[in-house]
Amino acid sequence: MGWLLTYGSRLSAKAGRRLIIGLPLFWLGLFFLLPLIETLQVSFTTPQRSVPPFAPLWGVDETGFFTNFNLDNYRLLWAYWQDYFRPAINSVKLAFLSTLVCLFFAYPMAWWIASSAARWRVVLLVLVMLPFWTSSLLRLYALIGLLNPNGFVNSLLLWLGLVDQPVQLMQTDLSIYLGMVLTYLPLMILPLYAVMVRLDRDLIEAAADLGASGGQILLTVILPLTLPGVIAGSLLVFIPAVGEFVIPALLGGPDQLMMGKVLWTEFFRNRDWPVASAIAMLLLAILTLPIIYVRYHEGRQTPGSAPATGGRI
Amino acid sequence: MAPFIKLTGLSKHFDDVVAIDDLSLEIDKGELFCLLGASGCGKSTLLRLLAGFETPTAGRIEIDGHDMAGVGPALRPVNIMFQNYALFPHMTVAANIGYGLRRAGMRGAELDERVKALLALVRMDKLGGRKPHQLSGGQRQRVALARALARRPKLLLLDEPLAALDKKLREDTQFELVDIQEKLGTTFMMVTHDQEEAMTLATRIGIMEAGKLVQVDAPRALYERPHSHFVADFLGTISFVDGIVAGADNNRITIETPVPVTAITETLVAVGDAVKLAIRPEKINLTSEATGAVNEIPVTVEDLAYLGFATNYRVVTASGQMFKLQQQQRRTVVPPLTWGDAGFIQFDPEDVIILRG
Repeated sequence: MGWLLTYGSRLSAKAGRRLIIGLPLFWLGLFFLLPLIETLQVSFTTPQRSVPPFAPLWGVDETGFFTNFNLDNYRLLWAYWQDYFRPAINSVKLAFLSTLVCLFFAYPMAWWIASSAARWRVVLLVLVMLPFWTSSLLRLYALIGLLNPNGFVNSLLLWLGLVDQPVQLMQTDLSIYLGMVLTYLPLMILPLYAVMVRLDRDLIEAAADLGASGGQILLTVILPLTLPGVIAGSLLVFIPAVGEFVIPALLGGPDQLMMGKVLWTEFFRNRDWPVASAIAMLLLAILTLPIIYVRYHEGRQTPGSAPATGGRI
Repeated sequence: MAPFIKLTGLSKHFDDVVAIDDLSLEIDKGELFCLLGASGCGKSTLLRLLAGFETPTAGRIEIDGHDMAGVGPALRPVNIMFQNYALFPHMTVAANIGYGLRRAGMRGAELDERVKALLALVRMDKLGGRKPHQLSGGQRQRVALARALARRPKLLLLDEPLAALDKKLREDTQFELVDIQEKLGTTFMMVTHDQEEAMTLATRIGIMEAGKLVQVDAPRALYERPHSHFVADFLGTISFVDGIVAGADNNRITIETPVPVTAITETLVAVGDAVKLAIRPEKINLTSEATGAVNEIPVTVEDLAYLGFATNYRVVTASGQMFKLQQQQRRTVVPPLTWGDAGFIQFDPEDVIILRG
């Protein structure tokens, strides 16, 4: 009887494990992989007035198998590359600088949280994540309310007599970066916190004991050992920031054309889905290839040591 | 000669907790001093005070004649070997050992030379390129030792240096540690809760209890002539008997316990004083026949444990006084006393330790 029970429970454990892995795989397949393949297909077809607004990539009609496969969309991107290159540069610059600013503020913050007493850490982390629980649009409109010519900041400046008339705060780089950092800061803090909280504090004392100054301890011990968190946090911020559409649209001026805006225009205003898909695919390739390269390179450099987003520190 | 390390009235409080309580201690150059005590007695705090990780609440630390007040860990002529070794996981063994030297501005051939010499000192010559996670526990311990010695500290602090090693490796490493200490002449100060480790390694041992040093002495003196009930009980096994001094003739005294005991002692006692006798188990002889010697007491064997090289006995007198004793297995042919057997214990007057009150 005993072996039967063991066998039964082992079988169900195996099935359970498959279910646990299988469900998210199914989810990703349905909502990530299929749309990705669809987008790739659309990027090789031509637009037409129909629903959906593009010619099918391939099919079978009375004349037999036919295909609309062509590289016209990519040729178009190549021909008008400056029109698409400028927004791409703008987007990457915005994402890159936002990531740097987030890192600059998140690093000491995460360190402070990880160094505080264990009973306070949870409270502080919840405070960091609290903005996530309110709608991002709401937060952005609150920011607009603060930065408007007749908003809180300008009213305060006027009242203090520091300025004679309202300062242009909205539709500037400042407003865009404020919005980006406000939105993405928690995504940087959390992975940094995760590596910092596991950092053995004896290592810092050991470095101090061996004659290292505060700056040397930071550069030779703390930074190298928290690098996985820096990389993970930077990717978490940079990737969605490149495609960010809402923040530049709401807080930025009309002169700063971003990739997200170009995509939106192609999809919804020009209804040129094939070109929009081609832009999306190129952007994806440009963004993921360096990351894949970094991960691969890192994995080769330190065999048996920590992967980029965790593991033994 | 002035003491190399001088602690005067040293105290350390953490909020309401007194970790170190008005402690004074002097250590000479080249000593291997061992702090021994149960966990939480303040011995690790004392080490951290010496390393500079903690600031004393009161008192003074002098090393080689210099007051250490306001001197940070980086600037003290002191290095510490951590209990968990605290090796930098992202650096090779050689980079770990060279870390302190690089911070002192050493580079190039000179640095390589020193690291090589240190690797040789701890017999790790071939492993300089490994990362800490590729090493065994014993190897990590050696790297930690080499790293702590790299800057040629005047004082090396060792926090439970052998605790993470298994028994066999620990015994081998103990003697190596002493060898290295003698070779370099560095003053070592070590913290341990392992009595055997302390006895084997130390030139002097300081026994700590509740933030105070209760006795500082050479291992032999500490074991044979403890000053207090705590120290006698803390180190090894011992049997205690309460009694009243009945007669004193110079340093030869008789003590009235349920059975009269004669002792020879340097401790000053007067007739009528209440004292405590303490006798180490290996000083007590167990025989089946009476021999008529001094301090012979009839007993019954209550319990025994056969250890191979010796047997531990617990015996009781007719009045219920219990003694713990150990008999070496010198000859296999002698039939040993066993549970419930009657016999006699005997010990020499010189071996009786007299503790006051």
